[in-house]
Amino acid sequence: MDTLLFIVFAIVAVACALNLILQSHPISSALSLIGVMCSLAVLYLLLGAEFIAMAQMIVYGGAVMVLFVFVIMLMNAGAEKRSGKSWFAQFAGPPLLVLFAAVLAFLILRAVPKLRTVEFGTWVGGTAEHIGQMLFTEYLLPFEVISILILIAIMGAVVLASKEID
Amino acid sequence: MNFFLISLIKIVIVFGVFMTTLAYLQWVERKVLAHIQSRTGPLRVGPHGLMQPLADVFKLLTKEDLLPPYVNRIFYLGAPFIAVALALISISIIPFGPEIAVAGTRTYMQVGDVNVGVLFVLAIAAISVYGVALAGWSSNNKYSLLGGLRSSAQMISYELPLTLVIVSPLLLANHLSFREIGNSQAGYYLGFIPRWNIFQMPFPQIFGFIIFMIAAFAETNRIPFDLPEAENELVAGFHTEYSSMKFACFFMAEYANMVTITCVATLLFLGGWQPLFPAPYSNYVPVAVFLFAGVLCFLHAVRPARKRDRYTFPVFALAALALAILFALPWFQFVLAPIFWFASKVGFLLFTYIWVRGTLPRFRYDQLMHFAWTFLFPCALINLLLTALFVAIF
Repeated sequence: MDTLLFIVFAIVAVACALNLILQSHPISSALSLIGVMCSLAVLYLLLGAEFIAMAQMIVYGGAVMVLFVFVIMLMNAGAEKRSGKSWFAQFAGPPLLVLFAAVLAFLILRAVPKLRTVEFGTWVGGTAEHIGQMLFTEYLLPFEVISILILIAIMGAVVLASKEID
Repeated sequence: MNFFLISLIKIVIVFGVFMTTLAYLQWVERKVLAHIQSRTGPLRVGPHGLMQPLADVFKLLTKEDLLPPYVNRIFYLGAPFIAVALALISISIIPFGPEIAVAGTRTYMQVGDVNVGVLFVLAIAAISVYGVALAGWSSNNKYSLLGGLRSSAQMISYELPLTLVIVSPLLLANHLSFREIGNSQAGYYLGFIPRWNIFQMPFPQIFGFIIFMIAAFAETNRIPFDLPEAENELVAGFHTEYSSMKFACFFMAEYANMVTITCVATLLFLGGWQPLFPAPYSNYVPVAVFLFAGVLCFLHAVRPARKRDRYTFPVFALAALALAILFALPWFQFVLAPIFWFASKVGFLLFTYIWVRGTLPRFRYDQLMHFAWTFLFPCALINLLLTALFVAIF
């Protein structure tokens, strides 16, 4: 059952990701991205990380993507026109892509030497309690640093958006 | 096997009751609004217009299904289904009562418990804005687009106070699952004040509850926050181009969202299925209420205001008396009393929705945004900080 769900939602995620690149209309791309986010949430759920799954849905599937869709709708962006591909992209693109994927796979294998098969439903560390414990003990410093970073970003946005620019 | 069978039965019951509630909520809304405005409301189809929802369903199903040529077809057709499907999901994790035993099987009055239930409802609410936004955009119509844009902006803005204010009952209950939140509110202070979250310190959570309800009105696009479908400026807003069953889907989604969010409010603040009075007295309340209703109906039947009331009111009276007898029997009491309390709280909140619709005018758009960001958001934040302080100290 878990494996079946994993296969279905992994396929959905990959298909949505491909669709995101291939679609020419921004709204279709944005919706594909929502599809990717939501299927990723299901994958997290299958791994036992229910809090992360819901946070993924709320933050990425909801808040972030609503802003994307909102901006696209507000700008009323039309379908992109396909420009003629450059000579370089046409011929060197596919080999370079394969090379990039190979390097990425090599680096991952180097970084994590002993890959184990994932077993669904065995890991129990994804509840809200666990996440809270980890955030406020082991990962307290990164957590606080990130919150300050986000605060700076918000203040920057407010300064940029305010009309009192002289 | 047993688990699947029980789940299936529960799903059928919850789905049936939910759909009937949605249909009749519309009848109740029309009736209550009519009486607020000194009218009578639907009266022709069935006694007191009770068959009106059925007639409406047939009307909506048999209307011509228009597909305007200028719309973006995929999104135009998909939007109503996104809206209605997401609106109907959340009810599956709402508990209506405690654990009960029916024919030797113990089960909860809930389709399924999720241990991050509150987050699940928030996640579904976060996604469900796409139904409205896409409907507005794909209709290729400036009024629809404005409605969709307003809806997404409004939902992002009001989600913040809503989420912040939800955190305080969670801090008090120390759990994310609705079942545990409901269980945590059992018992009484001084023997008569129920330990519902709304009566909890710091200075009773009633402020949190009020903020929650205001944000809930905005999240469900109801008056006074129904800017996405403001009919005097936007024709009908995001569903201007929709007809027949596709329009009905949006309609159903709106009512389903209303019911879900009132259920959430009941569970988070009003103690879910926990009765208002301590045990021996709380069992008499439903009996007394239904007896009173039955007697009232009989009195109306004796002095009928309309000709047919002579025949319809005795039937209502008998139904109410039968319910009163049912609530007096010990076994039924055990099963039905939690549902009675849950339904009466949800019913009261839904009535408030309609009451407010009959009372308040619509906000202006800038007022709406100003209200959310400069008043509601700080209030929710202060409420959260005080609750956290209280929980930390005691």
